[in-house]
Amino acid sequence: MKDILHELERRRDMARMGGGQKRIDSQHGKGKLTARERIELLLDEGSFEEFDMFVAHRCTDFGMEQSRPYGDGVVTGWGTINGRMVYVFSQDFTVFGGSLSETHAQKICKIMDMAMQNGAPVIGLNDSGGARIQEGVASLAGYADVFQRNIEASGVIPQISVIMGPCAGGAVYSPAMTDFIFMVKDTSYMFVTGPDVVKTVTNEVVTAEELGGATTHTRKSSVADGAFENDVEALAEVRRLVDFLPLNNREKPPVRPFFDDPDRLESSLDTLIPDHPNTPYDMKELILKVADEGDFYEIQEDHAKNIVTGFIRLEGQTVGVVANQPMVLAGCLDIDSSKKAARFVRFCDCFEIPILTFVDVPGFLPGTGQEYGGVIKHGAKLLFAYGEATVPKVTVITRKAYGGAYDVMASKHLRGDFNYAWPTAEIAVMGAKGATEILYRSELGDAEKIAARTQEYEDRFANPFVAAEKGFIDEVIQPRSTRRRVSRAFASLRNKKLSNPWKKHDNIPL
Amino acid sequence: MFNKILIANRGEIACRVIKTARKMGIATVAVYSEADRHALHVAMADEAVHIGPPPANQSYIVIDRIMQAIRDTGAEAVHPGYGFLSENPKFADALEQAGVAFVGPPKGAIEAMGDKITSKKIAKEAGVNTVPGYMGLIEDADEAVKIAQEIGYPVMIKASAGGGGKGMRIAWTDEEAREGFQSSKNEAASSFGDDRIFIEKFVTQPRHIEIQVLADQHGNAIYLNERECSIQRRNQKVVEEAPSPFLDAETRKAMGEQACALAKAVDYASAGTVEFIVDGDKNFYFLEMNTRLQVEHPVTELITGVDLVEQMIRVANGEKLSLTQDDIGIGGWAIENRLYAEDPYRGFLPSIGRLTRYRPPQEQAAGPLRDSGKWMDEAPAADTAVRNDTGVYEGGEISMYYDPMIAKLCTWGHTREEALEGMRVALDSFEVEGIGHNLPFLSAVMDHPRFIRGDITTAFIAEEYPEGFDGVDLGADALRRIAAACAAMNRVAEIRRTRVSGRMDNHERRVGEDWNVSLQGHSFDLTVAAEKGGATVTFSDGLVHHVTGDWTPGDQLAHVHIDGKPLVMKVGKIVHGFRIRSRGADLRVHVRTPRQAELAALMPEKQAADTSKMLLCPMPGMIVKIHVDAGQEVQEGQALCTVEAMKMENILRAERKATVSQINAGPGDSLAVDDVIMEFE
Repeated sequence: MKDILHELERRRDMARMGGGQKRIDSQHGKGKLTARERIELLLDEGSFEEFDMFVAHRCTDFGMEQSRPYGDGVVTGWGTINGRMVYVFSQDFTVFGGSLSETHAQKICKIMDMAMQNGAPVIGLNDSGGARIQEGVASLAGYADVFQRNIEASGVIPQISVIMGPCAGGAVYSPAMTDFIFMVKDTSYMFVTGPDVVKTVTNEVVTAEELGGATTHTRKSSVADGAFENDVEALAEVRRLVDFLPLNNREKPPVRPFFDDPDRLESSLDTLIPDHPNTPYDMKELILKVADEGDFYEIQEDHAKNIVTGFIRLEGQTVGVVANQPMVLAGCLDIDSSKKAARFVRFCDCFEIPILTFVDVPGFLPGTGQEYGGVIKHGAKLLFAYGEATVPKVTVITRKAYGGAYDVMASKHLRGDFNYAWPTAEIAVMGAKGATEILYRSELGDAEKIAARTQEYEDRFANPFVAAEKGFIDEVIQPRSTRRRVSRAFASLRNKKLSNPWKKHDNIPL
Repeated sequence: MFNKILIANRGEIACRVIKTARKMGIATVAVYSEADRHALHVAMADEAVHIGPPPANQSYIVIDRIMQAIRDTGAEAVHPGYGFLSENPKFADALEQAGVAFVGPPKGAIEAMGDKITSKKIAKEAGVNTVPGYMGLIEDADEAVKIAQEIGYPVMIKASAGGGGKGMRIAWTDEEAREGFQSSKNEAASSFGDDRIFIEKFVTQPRHIEIQVLADQHGNAIYLNERECSIQRRNQKVVEEAPSPFLDAETRKAMGEQACALAKAVDYASAGTVEFIVDGDKNFYFLEMNTRLQVEHPVTELITGVDLVEQMIRVANGEKLSLTQDDIGIGGWAIENRLYAEDPYRGFLPSIGRLTRYRPPQEQAAGPLRDSGKWMDEAPAADTAVRNDTGVYEGGEISMYYDPMIAKLCTWGHTREEALEGMRVALDSFEVEGIGHNLPFLSAVMDHPRFIRGDITTAFIAEEYPEGFDGVDLGADALRRIAAACAAMNRVAEIRRTRVSGRMDNHERRVGEDWNVSLQGHSFDLTVAAEKGGATVTFSDGLVHHVTGDWTPGDQLAHVHIDGKPLVMKVGKIVHGFRIRSRGADLRVHVRTPRQAELAALMPEKQAADTSKMLLCPMPGMIVKIHVDAGQEVQEGQALCTVEAMKMENILRAERKATVSQINAGPGDSLAVDDVIMEFE
C-alpha cells in the first residue's frame, strides 16, 4: 500500500519537473519563471488545485511517441486570489516549448468550461512557441476549441491574459478575445506573423521586440492593456486587478473594507483648473484625490493618453473611471481614445461596474488622418457604449464640454444618472472664439467688435448654468467636495435597475 | 499706531508680516502680480491690489505700481519684506515724499550700506573689521582679471547691488574671473537693474555669522545675538541657527558692539543685519549690512522672544525701543531649514509646478517667543517648538518668476540636540509633492556628523557633497527599524486584502507570519506577530522590534513607534511593498513571502537607458546661449550651454572630454526637463 502512495508522489514529482532541470534553468536564464512558479505567485499560497497533471499527448508522428511528458506543456487548475476563486492555465515552455497540442487545448477547455459553470474568472499565462506542428490540424482544432470558449465566456466571466513569453500566429487570437492582455517587458512578444515571414513577404526588416514587444503593443497597437517589468511584478499586479473585478456577470463588483473618509474634502481641487482655458492640467490628480486611498489601477496607460481609463474604489467598491486628459492633445476625442474608452465602458457594463466620467473635452480631433481613418464610426463606438450602458453612471464636467463630444461623454442625454459640473465648466457647441467667428462672420474685419462678441458669448456660455437651467446638469458642485458628492451619488444608485429592449445582440459600429 | 499697512512683497515674508500686523490690530494690504492672483498672502490680507504682470520688474519692483496701490488703499506704512524694493533708496524716497512711513531704515542708511564698496569704507571708519578687496568700480572683464590677480586668488566677484547669492561668483583662475565677471554683470543687470561689480579676497575656511541689530530713530541700537548661516550652497543660505555653536561670549559681544557702532554710524533705525565672515581663529570681518528684515530672522525671534516685525513697525512709527541690551538673552536653541523648490537629485536645479500635496508638520509653540506672548500663530503649546513660515498651500502653483524658497521650517529646543531632533522629525513629517524639493537634502544635513558637531564652514556643502546629492544611505539599525515598520504595515494591508467580498467561505486566505523584507541592498528574514496596537517583528538573528502605530492603507504619512521611539515615514505603494522616504533616504522596500522573495531573486536587474552621451536639460528653462559648435572638441568643465531658469543663468558644463556631434536646441528655445540639448560622439 505504502508503495502505491509512494508511486503517486513519484509521478507527481515527475510531472512537476516539466521539461527537466536543464530547461528550467534555461527558462530562469532568460529571466522567466516556470509555469508552476508563476502559478505560485498568482494564487494564494497553497490554494492551487491542479487538474490533468498526468495528461500526455497522443501524437505518434515524427517520433513523438518517444516522448510523452506529463502535463503536455500546460498546467491547469484553480485556486484563490485573496480567497476568491479563479481558474488558471499556465503554459510550460520547458515542455515542447509550450506548444499547443490537441490534449494541451483540451486541458485549457476543461478549466474554461468549469469556470463558466462555476462563475469564476479565467487567467491564462501564455508562454508558447505556437501550434504543435507535429499534430497538424489537430492542434489547429485545439486553438479553435479554445477560441469558441473565449467567445462564449466573454461578458460572462472576466478573462485575463498575461503574455510571458512568445505568443505568435494563431495563438494570439485567444488572448485577443479576452478582456485584458498584460505583457512582460523584454521577455514577451505577440504577433500574427514573425520577423522572418515579414521579411520574406514585405522585405521589412524588424526585430521581434519592435514588431510585437510590450512597448509596441502598449503604445502603438493597443493590443496590450499594460506591461510590467518582470514576471513577479506582472503576477502581483494581476492579483491587484482581480481584487477590483467581480467573479462573473451575475455578481456585484467586490467591496472591501476601506480607510478613507467618503466625506474627505480636497481643497486643492479648487485650484486644479488653471486660470487660462488653454492651459493643461493633470486629470489624474483629480482621479487620485477622489479615489479611496489614492488607489488607481490604470488600463492602457500608454496608449491614447488623451483619455484615461481604469479602476478605483469608492467606499470600498469598484468604480470604472473614464476621463479626458487635458495634458495630451488638449483631451480631445479621436479614433484611438474613442476605441480605448468604448471598450473600457463596455467591460464595465458587462460586469456591473459603475462608471464615473470626468469631462474636459474640446471636441473631436479634426483632420484628414482622422476622417480617412473613420473617426465617425470609431467615435460612435464610445457614444454607443455609453448609451447602451445600464450601470450607474455619474459624470462630472470640470471644464470644457464642447460640441458632439459633450453628448458623447456620458451626458445626461445618454441616461446619465448624476451629471455634475464644476463652476469652471463651459458647456457649449464650441469655444467662444470659434463660435463668434461663425455667428458674426460679417464683423470679422473689426477686431474690437469681434472681441466684444466673443466676450458676450463667453459670458453667456462659458459656464455650467445654461445647461443647469435646462436640467442637463443636475447640480453645480464645488471641486473640493467632488469625492463626497460622487460617493453619495453612487451610494444612491446601488439598487439601480435599468434594462435595454430585448435583442439578440446589438450592432455596435465595429 | 498705523491703521493700515501695505506689504510690498509676496510669498512667505508677506504672510509673516501680515500675521504680526494682524496681532497689532493693523489692517493689511497685499499686492500681487498676475502669477500670484491665488497666492496665500493675497488670501490672508484684508485687501489686495493687483500690480501687474508676473515678472517682478513689471510688478513687485515697479515703484509707481506700489505707490498707486498705496494711494488706492490709503495705507499709512509700507513693509517691504526682503528682496524686491526692500533696499531701494528710491523707493524709500518716494514713500517719504508721499508721507507714507517706510518700515525700514532711513534712505541714507540704505544708500550707505546698499553699495558694497561704500559700505565697506564706512564700516572701516566705524571701527569694524573688514576684508581686503578692491573698492572701485570695474569696467570690463580684463580689468576684473587684473584686479583679481592683484588681490590674489581666490576672489569673490559680486554685484554691488546684490544679495542672496544672486550675481555672485567665486573665481580661482583668470578664466573663471572673466566668465564670472560677465555672468555676475548679466545677472545683476536683470535682477537689480544695476550691473556694477566689485571684487574682494575670498576668505577660506570661513563661517558666515551675522548679527541682528535693532535701532530706533532716537539713537538707540541693540544687538540680538548672532545667527550662524554657514550652511550655504552657491552662496545661498540653506540652514541657519541661533546661537552659533562656534562663538564664545567674548566674540559675540565684540561682534555685537561693532555691529551697533556701524548702525549708529549710518543713523540706522529699524531691524538690520550685519554679516561677518569668521575664520577658524574667531577673527571676524565685515561682509555687508542688510538693511532689511532677513530671511532667517525667525531663529533670532525664537531664542530672544522678540517679534522683529513688530519692533520694525514700532520703530517706523517713531517709538523708542522698549528693549535694552540687558533684556536680550539667549534662550535655548533654534534651527531654520529653508525649503526650496529645487531638486537635489538634479544638481539643485529649480523645479516649478503645481503643489499637488503640501502638508507642513503641525506647528507647536515653545520657548522665549511663546513665553513673551509674541508667537504669531495659534499653535498648541509644547516642550519644543515647530514654526513654519510659508507662502504656499496645497494646490498652489510654484511659478518660474520668483525665488524658489517656499517655506522656512524652524524648530526650537532647550538645547541644540533637542532642536535638531525636533527638526529631523519635522522634516520627516513635511509632505511636499508635485515639485522637486530639497527636503531629503535637509534631512541629510541634519544627520551629518559634521553638522551635528557644529564643525561647519561655508564650504560645508561643497566639501561634503562634491558630486551633488544622490540620497542618503541609512545605517543598519535605521534600516531594521524601517524594515520592521514596513513588515507591520504590510501585514495590515494584506489582511485587509483578504477581507474582500465574494471569497470562498471557509477557504479564506490566511496571511502568514514569515516575511522577507529587502531595502537598500539588505535583505532581512523575519516573522511578524500581531499584538495589541501593532506587531512584534522578530528578525532571523533574534533581534526583536515592537512596532506600534495606527497606520492604515492609503495613509501617506506613517507615525509609528519602534520600541517606543518615534519613526515618521512618507509612504507610497509599490508592487510588493512600499516606497519609504525618511531621514533623507528614498527607499524601495519590498515585503515578500519567503517564496516570493526566492522567485523575485531570479528576476534580472534591468539597466536604465544610456544617456551618458547626451546633454540633457536639467530643468525647465530657456536657452540663452550655446557656447560650442557641432564637431567641436570640448574639455572637461568647459561651458557648453547657458540655460536661464528662475532668473538664474545656469551654465551647463562638459562632464568629460568629448566631441560634440549634434546640437538640437538654440538660443531662445524653451526646454523641458530631460530634453536633449546636444549629443556627443
